[in-house]
Amino acid sequence: MSTRIWLSVIVMGAVTIAIRLLPLTLIRRPIKNRFLLSFLHYVPYVTLAVMTFPAIVESCETPLAGFAALAVGAIAAWYGANMVSVAALCCVVAFVLGLL
Amino acid sequence: MAGTGRRDFLEGLRDGLPIGLGYLAVAFSLGIAAREAGLTAVQGFVASLLSIASAGEYAGFTFIAAQASYAEIALGTLITNARYLLMSTALSQRFSDETPLAQRIGVGLGVTDELFGLAIARPLVRPIYQYGAMLSSIPLWCIGTSAGIVAGQLLPARVVTALSVSLFGMFLAVIMPAARTDRVVRVCVLASFAASYAASHLIPFTMGWSNGTRIIALTVVISAAAALVRPIDPEGDDAA
Repeated sequence: MSTRIWLSVIVMGAVTIAIRLLPLTLIRRPIKNRFLLSFLHYVPYVTLAVMTFPAIVESCETPLAGFAALAVGAIAAWYGANMVSVAALCCVVAFVLGLL
Repeated sequence: MAGTGRRDFLEGLRDGLPIGLGYLAVAFSLGIAAREAGLTAVQGFVASLLSIASAGEYAGFTFIAAQASYAEIALGTLITNARYLLMSTALSQRFSDETPLAQRIGVGLGVTDELFGLAIARPLVRPIYQYGAMLSSIPLWCIGTSAGIVAGQLLPARVVTALSVSLFGMFLAVIMPAARTDRVVRVCVLASFAASYAASHLIPFTMGWSNGTRIIALTVVISAAAALVRPIDPEGDDAA
């Protein structure tokens, strides 16, 4: 089990480091392809959204606590609350409603 | 020259510290996810030192928890961290011609959303400044991850459950402001929520997928669709 985790950690790190270093060592030319640029622009938002829902609901004690944490966090972030505040709000909502 | 280097380094240390304090909080909640995947505090520290990527590491831990193959882990890491390709490419245009390869690599190892933001604030990348910023932020990222793993073992289950929600809160803090200002991102986010739910609960064909497979497949399909239907203006991409 531990060996598998270590190897996984190394695979994650190796791929990430390769992504960071390839453009600075081998490619060096700007990416011009409009589709690729657009794709890379949208990827972070899509991947974070896919990872957030429905996982946030399922990570809570009850669906109610999960949906409430999602709603409160989304609204606070929409109106510009900073990262740590949004995270703290979500935790408090999840904890309190999880007690019900 | 030595004086400039020292001043650059100190300036970097100073500018990196607020980033590092933010990292401490994010990494702590990441550590909770890492513990659920079975990582020890040392493994979490090394994972964070090598990857320095919240979304990418979270996806990786999801894969580890699902007993995914190494190929799946590599592909998932590639997709969730693909944006660094864009950042490093942008950065590669901003080195002075005499910058040695070793310095390019040194700066490149520390490309994260926040440190990239510091690097492009000036017309030319200053490697020494960048090293200072990396030194005051990246160690806090690693320590935070380990702390999250240890705390996850010590705290009551109910508290750990509530804390595990904080990472999703941080993800929301990244996507919501962009969704507010950019209509296409807004549609993408809603489509991602709906598709992620449907793929995990409604569609028999995809319900058997692991979380990691779903993350990869939906990210590729939805981002590609958005890129085809609403390509961005390449000239206006400087601020990315």
